[in-house]
Amino acid sequence: MFRFLSGFGSYWILLRRVFSRPEKTQIYYRQTLKELISLGLRSIGIVAIISFFMGAVITLQTAYNTENPIYPTYLIGLGCRDSILLEFSSTIVALILAGKVGSNIASEIGTMRVTEQIDALELMGVNSASYLILPKIVATLVFNPLLTLISIIVGIIGGWIAGTASGVVTSQDFIYGIQYAFIPYYVTYAIIKTLFFAFIITSISAYQGYYVEGGSLEVGRASTKAVVYSSVTLLLFNVILTQLLLS
Amino acid sequence: MIRAENISKRFGDREVLKDVSATFEPGQTNLIIGKSGSGKTVFMKCLVGLLDIDEGEIWYGDILFSKLDFRAKKEIRKNMGMLFQGSALFDSMTVEENVRFPLDMFTTMTTGEKLDRVNFCLDRVNIVNSNSLFPAELSGGMKKRVAIARAIVLKPHYLFCDEPNSGLDPKTSIVIDELIRDITRELNMTTVVNTHDMNSVMENGEKIIFIEEGEKCWEGSKREILKSDCRILNEFVFANALAKQLKDSVT
Repeated sequence: MFRFLSGFGSYWILLRRVFSRPEKTQIYYRQTLKELISLGLRSIGIVAIISFFMGAVITLQTAYNTENPIYPTYLIGLGCRDSILLEFSSTIVALILAGKVGSNIASEIGTMRVTEQIDALELMGVNSASYLILPKIVATLVFNPLLTLISIIVGIIGGWIAGTASGVVTSQDFIYGIQYAFIPYYVTYAIIKTLFFAFIITSISAYQGYYVEGGSLEVGRASTKAVVYSSVTLLLFNVILTQLLLS
Repeated sequence: MIRAENISKRFGDREVLKDVSATFEPGQTNLIIGKSGSGKTVFMKCLVGLLDIDEGEIWYGDILFSKLDFRAKKEIRKNMGMLFQGSALFDSMTVEENVRFPLDMFTTMTTGEKLDRVNFCLDRVNIVNSNSLFPAELSGGMKKRVAIARAIVLKPHYLFCDEPNSGLDPKTSIVIDELIRDITRELNMTTVVNTHDMNSVMENGEKIIFIEEGEKCWEGSKREILKSDCRILNEFVFANALAKQLKDSVT
C-alpha cells in the first residue's frame, strides 16, 4: 500500500514537471512532430489490420447469434457498427496501443535513464521530464482520435467484406444496417474515451521509464510494467467513462 | 571556483559520503581519485546537483548552489558541461545534432552561427567529417570526444568529467587527458575529473583529492602523491609492482 501511494505521488510530481513551461517552444514543436510520426503514423498499420479482422469476426459472430427468421439481417450491420463504435475501436485499439506504444515509450525513456542521457539533459539545464514526455502526450492526444476513426472505418469495411463474402448478409442489408438508427454521439463518446486512454497510456508508460534504476533488465521490467499498469488503468477508466458518458 | 563544505550523503542506512570538503580552482584540472565504489561519482553528482546532499554546502563562486531551488539551479547549470562515464550522447541524434543541442535550447544564434560553432568544437576535439554519423557508429574514443565537444559548446565555466578514460586504450586515454587539460586552460574553466586511472593522475593531476570509503583521506598534487606517506593512498596508487618500483626510486 505504501509503495502504491508513493508511486502515485511521484507520478503526480512527474506530471507537474511535464506540464511546466517549455524552455523553447520551437524545439518542443519539432519534437511533437517527430512523435506524431513515431507513435501515431507508425501505428496505423497495426490498427488497420486488427480493426479489419475485428470487424470481420464481430459480423460473423453477430450473424451466428441472430440466426433466426424473426430478426432482419440488417441487424448484423447495426450490431457490427455499434460494437465497433462503442467498444472495440476505442478500448480494444487502446489496449493494442498500450502494448505497442506503451512499451516503446517505457523502453526508450528507460534506456535514456540508465545510459545517463536524462542526467545529461538535466545537467544542461533542460527540464528532461517536460522535454521527453510532453511531446509524446501531445502527439498521442492529437493522433489517437484519428486512429480510432480509422479503426471504425476499417472495422466496418472488414465486417462488410466478411459478411458479404460468407453470404450471411447481403451488401444492401449490411449498408442499411450500419445507417439504421445511427446515433452520432457514439462517435463523440469513442473519441472522448480515446483521449483519456491516450493520456493514460503515455503518462503511465513514461513514468515507468523515467524512474528506472539499474540496467537493461530493469528497462525490460519497466516496459512490461508499463503495458500491464496502463492496460489495467485503462480498463478501469473504461468502466467509469462508460457510466459517466452513457448513463 | 567551486567549494564543497562538509558534504554528507546517505542512501538509506548507507553513508556514501562522510563530511567531505574540497575546493576546486579555475584554470586547472582537479582530480578526484579513489577505487571503484569509494563515492567519487556520488560526490560529483552532488557537486552538479544531480543528487541532493544531506548535509553541508556547495558554493559556485559566491552562490550557495546547494540551497537553490530547481529553477535557479537550472541557470547555474547552463554554465556547466559534463562528460559522463558512458558519454551519454543522445542516440536518436547525429553527432552534429548532439553538439548543436545546447545551442538550439539556450541561444538565439542563427543556423549558420550554430553550425560554425559546432564545427569549431568538433575540430577542437579532432572529429572531422563525422557530423552526420549517429553515436552507434562511433568508437568509444570518438564518443568521448564528441561528448567533450557538446560539453564545451556553450563555453561553460565548469567542466565535470566522470571516468573519462573508462573503456579506452592507454593511447586514446592520453589523447582524452591532454584534450581535457588543454581545453581547461584555453577556456579557464574549473575542471573536476573523477578517475582511477593512474596515467591520468600523472598527466593531469594539478590538484588531487583521494576518497576512500566516502571520506577524503588525502589532498595534494601529482608531485606530492609520489612522496606521500598516507598508507591507504599508497596502497591505491602503487598497487602494481612497476608502480612500487617507481615509488622506491623516488623515495
